[in-house]
Amino acid sequence: MTLPIAGQTAAGRAAEATVSDVVIRFAGDSGDGMQLTGTQFTNTSALIGNDLSTLPDFPAEIRAPAGTLAGVSGFQVRIADHDIHTPGDAPDVLIAMNPAALKANLRDLRDNGVIIVNTDEFSPRNLKRAGYEGNPLEDDSLNAFRLYQVGLTTMTRRALEDSPLDVRSKDRCKNFLALGMVYWLFSRPLESTIDWLRVKFKRRPEIAEANVKVMKAGWNFCDITDAFQVRYDVEPAKLEPGIYRSIHGNSALAIGLVAASRRSGLPLFLGAYPITPASDVLHELATYKHFGVTTYQAEDEIAAVCSAIGASFGGSLGVTCSSGPGIALKAEGINLAVMVELPLVICDIQRGGPSTGLPTKTEQADLLQVMFGRNNESPVPVIAASSPADCFDTALEAVRLATTWMTPVILLSDGYIANGAEPWRIPQVEELPDLRVDFHQTADGFMPYMRDENSLARPWAIPGTPGLEHRIGGLEKEDVTGNVNYEPDNHDYMVRLRAEKVARIANEIPEIEVDGPQAGQLLVLGWGSTLGAITGAVNQARADGITVSRAHLKHINPFPRNLGDVLDRFERVLAPEMNLGQLALLLRARYLKDIETYSKVEGKPFTRDEILHRIESMAGGPN
Amino acid sequence: MPTTEAPALTRKDFQSDQEVRWCPGCGDYAILAAVQQVFPELGIPREKFVIVSGIGCSSRFPYYMNTYGFHSIHGRAPAVATGLKMTRPDLDVWVVTGDGDALSIGGNHLIHTLRRNVNIKILLFNNRVYGLTKGQYSPTSELGKRTKSTPHGSVDFPFNPLNVAIGAGATFVARSVDVFVPHLKAVLKRAAAHRGSAFVEVMQNCNIYNDKAFGALTDKAGRQQNGLYLEHGQPLVFGDRKDKGLRFTGTDFEVVQLGNGMSADDCLVWDEKHANPSLAFQMASISTGDGLGDYPVPLGVLRAVDAPTYDAGVIDQIDQVSSGRPQTLEQLIHGTDTWTVDAGGNVDRGAN
Repeated sequence: MTLPIAGQTAAGRAAEATVSDVVIRFAGDSGDGMQLTGTQFTNTSALIGNDLSTLPDFPAEIRAPAGTLAGVSGFQVRIADHDIHTPGDAPDVLIAMNPAALKANLRDLRDNGVIIVNTDEFSPRNLKRAGYEGNPLEDDSLNAFRLYQVGLTTMTRRALEDSPLDVRSKDRCKNFLALGMVYWLFSRPLESTIDWLRVKFKRRPEIAEANVKVMKAGWNFCDITDAFQVRYDVEPAKLEPGIYRSIHGNSALAIGLVAASRRSGLPLFLGAYPITPASDVLHELATYKHFGVTTYQAEDEIAAVCSAIGASFGGSLGVTCSSGPGIALKAEGINLAVMVELPLVICDIQRGGPSTGLPTKTEQADLLQVMFGRNNESPVPVIAASSPADCFDTALEAVRLATTWMTPVILLSDGYIANGAEPWRIPQVEELPDLRVDFHQTADGFMPYMRDENSLARPWAIPGTPGLEHRIGGLEKEDVTGNVNYEPDNHDYMVRLRAEKVARIANEIPEIEVDGPQAGQLLVLGWGSTLGAITGAVNQARADGITVSRAHLKHINPFPRNLGDVLDRFERVLAPEMNLGQLALLLRARYLKDIETYSKVEGKPFTRDEILHRIESMAGGPN
Repeated sequence: MPTTEAPALTRKDFQSDQEVRWCPGCGDYAILAAVQQVFPELGIPREKFVIVSGIGCSSRFPYYMNTYGFHSIHGRAPAVATGLKMTRPDLDVWVVTGDGDALSIGGNHLIHTLRRNVNIKILLFNNRVYGLTKGQYSPTSELGKRTKSTPHGSVDFPFNPLNVAIGAGATFVARSVDVFVPHLKAVLKRAAAHRGSAFVEVMQNCNIYNDKAFGALTDKAGRQQNGLYLEHGQPLVFGDRKDKGLRFTGTDFEVVQLGNGMSADDCLVWDEKHANPSLAFQMASISTGDGLGDYPVPLGVLRAVDAPTYDAGVIDQIDQVSSGRPQTLEQLIHGTDTWTVDAGGNVDRGAN
């Protein structure tokens, strides 16, 4: 929405306006603390009760050359008084800590949007570094926006005149001056950030207090000067009753895995090798030792998956977590788990590629890799999380599939939902699925590859159990006995058996649900993190009078059993994907149905309007 | 669980029902027999043994042992074994590997497992050739070796497996020979008793692709003439009449003829517990292992030192952290900052 320029003005005071929805982007150098600033704004807004969605966007370099476009780090947050699905298409407010941050983000800003710039950084040298020929603050290039020029560095130093900190440390507080101003502008309380600072810098109270002081100075500057004519508020959202917290996707995934461990009674083992954007799962699980979690930072991606397989063999919940390049290295290990039929959860937090690609940017282009990127016939269940909070449920589902069908399972997430945050209605523990697992105990009649009639799963018999000594391995097995077997008929049988086992999962997953008319002209079908943008676009299209249906896939291998019927009921199917049409390829092959791909491979998620415009053009324009 | 005196295990208890499929005359048969004889003597219930292997002739080993076994993928056995041992410290985990599996494709896992001192036993069958892929040179093949992949002779400098292990910080490093049955069994027992990573190179003959790989050591004369049988606390004396010894000059080992005023007292007394690994490294370096040089081939335990194990460290840390931080799953899911929305849509900040 566009922020109103004027409201009811009390004498000498800024006008106050209530808005339903606002998008704010904090942007600065990689070292300016923009992720932290944005996160604080998000958490404070969450505690007020706003619905929210975030989109961090940062460079792969830890500290790219200061002042350059390559070094710009941004954090976008959208807060609303109603249910929202995306972090917003265009910011209403841009906080630009230097010329590069202004230049890199200006094109996204809404017309008449608010820009707050740190004028202290607009030196000729910094302007040149950012590629400006002149000073945009002095020409008319920003006339379409509401520009607020503030000497953030000067004001920060002035506020900290009495502080014992050196100048460098003082200057590092300037992001909190900006935060204080934005808190004032959107009528947020400072308390939760003050509490956070005092805990975070418990051992360096002088730093905590300097930041508190600077943040208050930013707030007071707005309150006592007439810098802003209007002050805004965003009321709490009318969310479903319950207890909420704000959560990132990677955090929800880590907690989901711990919950699955508890619900299954299996100790959790994570074998991992650091890789962006998956490392946070390792970091977070490493702090959950008191839940019996073992984390292992292995020497490489291969050891990470193999150690998890070793842990599963011993009766633990073996998990490994990586991104595309690491998943490529794990392929042989995953295939070993396919052959020995042990439970294993492989989390792929996708990023831009191929090769090293765009480590910090998002993409959904590992789908075909996880489906087919292994030698020979290698059926592996694949499921995808659709939002930050959904990573929790998806982790539990991955564990259910892995332990029920004795199989490796691939869980797809991506950089967008891994680093993005949203409010999460906290579930009751007793409502979580019961994942209890029984290890095989009876020696009488035991064979390592005997099978459950329904699921076709083999028994999980763990070392240490007397009388069940057996050997497993990557060589082809004879069914039931598990003996090495090279016979042609046996191999044919086993290849089909492994495929059938995974295919039968379709009997025990929910059918796909269609939102909107159950048949008709147009179905928008998505998977994974496109859910928010698709939902927002479809809802808007309907509000504009277009008839359109929507469905979203969590289970990609196997597909829900009714998917073919659903596709047949629609004349056209649109599949927006952050790849060149990978789901569409699978659907066409499986159902002989034409699927229209809408691709976006810019390292950024779809905006709602991009999908909305595609729906409009397919429907013959807005009604 | 009540503990009852289990009947004593025998060699037969460790023989699986699988037909052994190594080539007739392969050195692996002797090693298999030695392991099947040693395991019953360790006082460990059979179900507690797990043998993990990679790929190669040696890595078929688990199929022939009636224990839990895992024939994994090429080079990765130490990684599988590490995950298993970290989560199941009650198990006795053995890795069986070869020179290609451990030192080529799996080199990374080998060194990191040894560096961490994971409490597992690693038996490296070194036949200095790729057997299962039918005769290519391996990372332990000698320079100039002619194989299918080096028809003009190898120009690829080999590893000394002992030095790889010592360099990686292994706390137990030993060597024996497939056909030296009593010696091999004694070394296996020492490895079994070691707490931490125990690395054992077993020099092994491949009679198909690298026959007499260690012939100068294993033939009748070579056994006594060229083997240096290390014993902790004993002087370094060798030869069929114990008439030769090794002196340490301060920088090098030197072969001396005993007699004529030179006695065992002039030879270095072997210290497998020497804190600095450089002595063991230097000892391992005196011979490439084939017994063809001026120096004898060191056999037995080169290094055996006490050090904390990785797996115990991990488990201790989990216990320590757990005892100080009781937390329920509910608390974990809730986190620290929550808000409540009531049925009327009102928001109560921070309520729980």
